[in-house]
Amino acid sequence: MEGKVFKYGDNVDTDVIIPARYLNIADVKELSTHCMEDIDSDFAKNVKPNDIIVALDNFGCGSSREHAPLTIKENKVQCVIAKSFARIFYRNAINIGLPIIECEYADEIDNGDTLNIDFEKGIIKNITKNKEYKINVFPEFIKKIIDAGGLMAYAKEIA
Amino acid sequence: MGMTLTEKLLANAAGLKEVKVGDLINAKVDIVLGNDITTPVAIREFKKAGFDKVFDNKKIAIVLDHFVPNKDIKSAEQSKVCRDFAYEQNITHFYDVGKMGIEHALLPELGVVTSGDVIVGADSHTCTYGAISAFSTGVGSTDMAYAMATGFEWFKVPPAIKVVLKGKLNKECSGKDVILTLIGMIGVDGALYKSLEFVGDGCKTLSMDDRLCICNMAIEAGAKNGIFEFDEITESYLKGREERKGKVFKADADAEYEQVIEIVLDDIKPTVSCPHLPENTKDAKDLNNIKIDQVVIGSCTNGRMEDMIAAYEVLKGHKVHDKVRCIIIPATMNVYKECIEKGIITEFINAGAVVSTPTCGPCLGGYMGILAKGERCIATTNRNFVGRMGHTESEVYLASPRTAAKSAIAGYITD
Repeated sequence: MEGKVFKYGDNVDTDVIIPARYLNIADVKELSTHCMEDIDSDFAKNVKPNDIIVALDNFGCGSSREHAPLTIKENKVQCVIAKSFARIFYRNAINIGLPIIECEYADEIDNGDTLNIDFEKGIIKNITKNKEYKINVFPEFIKKIIDAGGLMAYAKEIA
Repeated sequence: MGMTLTEKLLANAAGLKEVKVGDLINAKVDIVLGNDITTPVAIREFKKAGFDKVFDNKKIAIVLDHFVPNKDIKSAEQSKVCRDFAYEQNITHFYDVGKMGIEHALLPELGVVTSGDVIVGADSHTCTYGAISAFSTGVGSTDMAYAMATGFEWFKVPPAIKVVLKGKLNKECSGKDVILTLIGMIGVDGALYKSLEFVGDGCKTLSMDDRLCICNMAIEAGAKNGIFEFDEITESYLKGREERKGKVFKADADAEYEQVIEIVLDDIKPTVSCPHLPENTKDAKDLNNIKIDQVVIGSCTNGRMEDMIAAYEVLKGHKVHDKVRCIIIPATMNVYKECIEKGIITEFINAGAVVSTPTCGPCLGGYMGILAKGERCIATTNRNFVGRMGHTESEVYLASPRTAAKSAIAGYITD
C-alpha cells in the first residue's frame, strides 16, 4: 500500500505522541485528534489513511501509555518505520496490531516521500527516491500474535 | 555458560533450567500492576476479549495515583472504571484515595512486591522494584490485560550491562545523582532492550531509597529492567514488610555481560539533567545562570522518606526564594504521616513551600504545578521531555531533592 511519509528524528517520546494532559480522555477517537500534537501540531489534521510515520532511533520512548500507538492506529497510519523502537512501545504496537518496522535505512527516507510497503515480500519501496529497503522479519512467536490479530485474541486462542 | 541475575529470575518464572539472550519465553508473573491511566484501557481489552475473571485476585495491584484526588470529571470517570472493576473482581491490592500512594513507592513500602518476584506493570517506572532484587518491568495496557487474564507474560530474554559501583557517595549526593550520571554516560537508549545489573562494593553504601531511585530511572536509559543483588540491606528492608516470603537468586560467576561500566561513587557530583532529555547531564554548580520559577520535590523517583529528609535538612530555617513556587509531594500516605509526625511539613510550610497529598500530578503535566510558556522548573521527577510538565516551551531540569531544595532557596540552579 502506498502512503506519504511524516518524518521525525531521534527519541520521539510518548509525551509528544500523546501529551499526558489528554490522558483523562477515554474515547480513542477524541484522543486521536491530539496525536503527535506536541511535535507536529497539525499532524492529526494532515494525516491521511495509509500514511506512514518514519523516525530514527528510540521511537516511543518514555511512558508506557498504550494511548500512543492506539492514537496512531486510530489515525489509520499504515505503519511506523524507525531505526529502533523503545521496548514498551514495540510491545504495545504488536499487542494492539499496529504494524511497525525496524529499518536501518530510515535516515534515507525524507518527509513527504511516497513509500509502498509490501509486507508479504518484506520490501519497502521508496517511490519518490526510486529505492528499495529490505524489512527484517518478526520472530515466529511474535508472528503468531500478529496473525491472531493482537495479544488478547492470541490469549483467547490458547485459553 | 552462566546466567545473569535477570536470566536466573526469568528462567525460574518460565519453569526452565536455563534461558539465554534472545529466547522468547512465557513467564509466570507474581504481581500485575496498573494505575488510573492505564488500567481502564486494560479493563476494556480484558472484557472485549471475553474474559470475566482475573487469574488471581491477590496478584493484581490497582493503584489510583496519577490524577487523584480526581482533577476533573473525565479523570473521575477513569478512576470509577478502576474502582468498579476492583470491587467486582475483589482485587485485594486496590488502593484508592486515603490508602493510595504513588505506585512505585507504595508497593515496596507495603511489601506487596518482594525479592525474586517477576512483576509487570502498566507503567514504565515499574522497573523500580529491581531495587529489592525482583525482575520488574513496564508494559502496556494490553499486556496488563493479558497478564490479568492468564497470569503469564511474554518476554524476550535481554542482554545485560553490568554496572560496577565502587566507593562511597559524598554526603551531598544520592541515588538520583548516580542514575543521572549513568544516563549521561550511556544516553537515553544506551541500555535499550537490556538489563542493567548493579553490582560491586559500592552497592553496600547505598540505602534502599537510593536503590529504588536508581532502578526507577533504568527506563530512562531505555532499559528493560534494573536490578540489585540481594544483600543485608535488602533483607532488613523486606523484614516485617513482605507479604510473601521472597526468593533469593544470584548471578553465576561466569555470566556473560554485553558491556561492563564502572562508576566510582566518590567521583559523583550533584548532577542535573537539562532539557529536553535525561541524558543532557551537567554538574549542578555549572548551572548557576539558570533562574527557576518552580521546584517540584516528589514523584515515584524521589518522594520517599529519605528524599523528604534531604529536602527538610536544606529548607529548615530558610525561605524559598520570593519568585519561586516550591511544591513538595510525599509519595505515600505513610511518608506523608511520618513527615507530619516529625514536624517536617511544618518546616516546609514555614519555608514557604506547599505540600500536597500523594499524586503523580505535576511530573507528567497532569495538574498540581503545570508550567506556563517560558517557565522553568527544577524537579526531582524522572523526565524532562518537551511539554512534560506543561507548555511545550517550558523547561524541566531533573535533580536530587537536595539540589532541588537548594535551588528553591537560591532562585537559580545550585549545588
